[in-house]
Amino acid sequence: MTQEMTIDARGLACPIPVIRVKKALEGVARGRVVVLVDEQVAVENITRLAGYMRCSHQCAACEGGFRIIIEKPGSGGEEP
Amino acid sequence: MAIQGQCDLLQLTEHCGCGAKLAAADLREFLSGLPASRDPRLLVGPVTFDDAAVYRLRDDCLLVQTVDFFPPVASDPETFGRIAAANALSDIYAMGGRPLTALALMCLPSKQVPLGVARAIVHGATEKLAEAGALLVGGHTLEDPQLKFGLSVTGLVEPGHILSNAGARTGDVLVLTKPLGTGLTVTAAKAGLAPASLVEEANRWMSALNRAAAEAAVQGGAHAATDITGFGLLGHCWQMAKASGVRMRLRAGQMPLLDCAIEFASMGLVPAGAYANRRFLDGRVRICEKVALALQDVLFDPQTSGGLLVCLPAESVEKFRQAAAGQRACRCAVVGQVEEGDGEPRLLVEM
Repeated sequence: MTQEMTIDARGLACPIPVIRVKKALEGVARGRVVVLVDEQVAVENITRLAGYMRCSHQCAACEGGFRIIIEKPGSGGEEP
Repeated sequence: MAIQGQCDLLQLTEHCGCGAKLAAADLREFLSGLPASRDPRLLVGPVTFDDAAVYRLRDDCLLVQTVDFFPPVASDPETFGRIAAANALSDIYAMGGRPLTALALMCLPSKQVPLGVARAIVHGATEKLAEAGALLVGGHTLEDPQLKFGLSVTGLVEPGHILSNAGARTGDVLVLTKPLGTGLTVTAAKAGLAPASLVEEANRWMSALNRAAAEAAVQGGAHAATDITGFGLLGHCWQMAKASGVRMRLRAGQMPLLDCAIEFASMGLVPAGAYANRRFLDGRVRICEKVALALQDVLFDPQTSGGLLVCLPAESVEKFRQAAAGQRACRCAVVGQVEEGDGEPRLLVEM
């Protein structure tokens, strides 16, 4: 089943946002994790993590920081 | 080494060790507004961004002075003390000197950190100073919200043995004496994602004195040396290239690395200081596209108590390697060469 969750990591210094996103991605078979952060360092680190975990990602500026949308494709490779 | 009580020092800080340094760009701006001394007895001062100052007491007696302190870089207090001492002593070694005395600086949140923990930090430092043949002769403590510890160290250097940042010459070979990746490993440890064996290995390297490397550098007739700390390998290389008026060509694939440093970078466990170092060097370093992003991150990673980067004439490299061989504190690798060149980019990084 595809899941979606949001992690608000604004105000948190790395590596805490990275730990939270890693746990979230490990906890779903496939799905979408939306992450809110307010530091460029967190954006850089979370996009590295997404690549490491073979997930696609998009990042856009939003009010108070950045929104990163990470898609975990699932091991079977089927379309979501 | 057991953690005393529930006090894991790494969890008390946002920036660890030399990663807490003011960004290079801010430091340069700050220093540019300060008056520079023209006293002829000051042989090495702030202008070349050197590791330590050198002051002539007599023609045959040169004083070397440095200070370095920072927030915790290890969970265990004695380990933190050892690393802080090795890191401060390294500035003396990087100038070709030998340390004599040290003064301790400690900022202590005494409501959070028991005095026994503070004492254990100083014990660790004292142990390292004894290994270096230097004495702890005093210090200063402050109540402060952020735990910090370090030393001001005074030593002597023989005339003719000064290894400044400004001595690199075209044709020199660059040798690095410790593996890179301590900032990444400490960040992974803080995140609870580094196996204990890797953290111990990083702690062992950070605690290791740069004495043997400095002695080998002086014996090998090195022209220049610096220790790799908060500005990362590339930041310190650039400072040396600029101070010497040369260009440096580095081989990323030859760098000695801590196990898993690349993996930690790929996972996004890159300390904030690495990004600040990368920003500062934008336009000052040209990196070949074959160098993967994670390896680039390691080259920008702020090191705590990193190795020496030594500039040697090519014919002296073997002599240097032999002098450093068998030393547990050294893992030497030839990582680049010095070329003629003025202006930016001063650093070229190839695979």
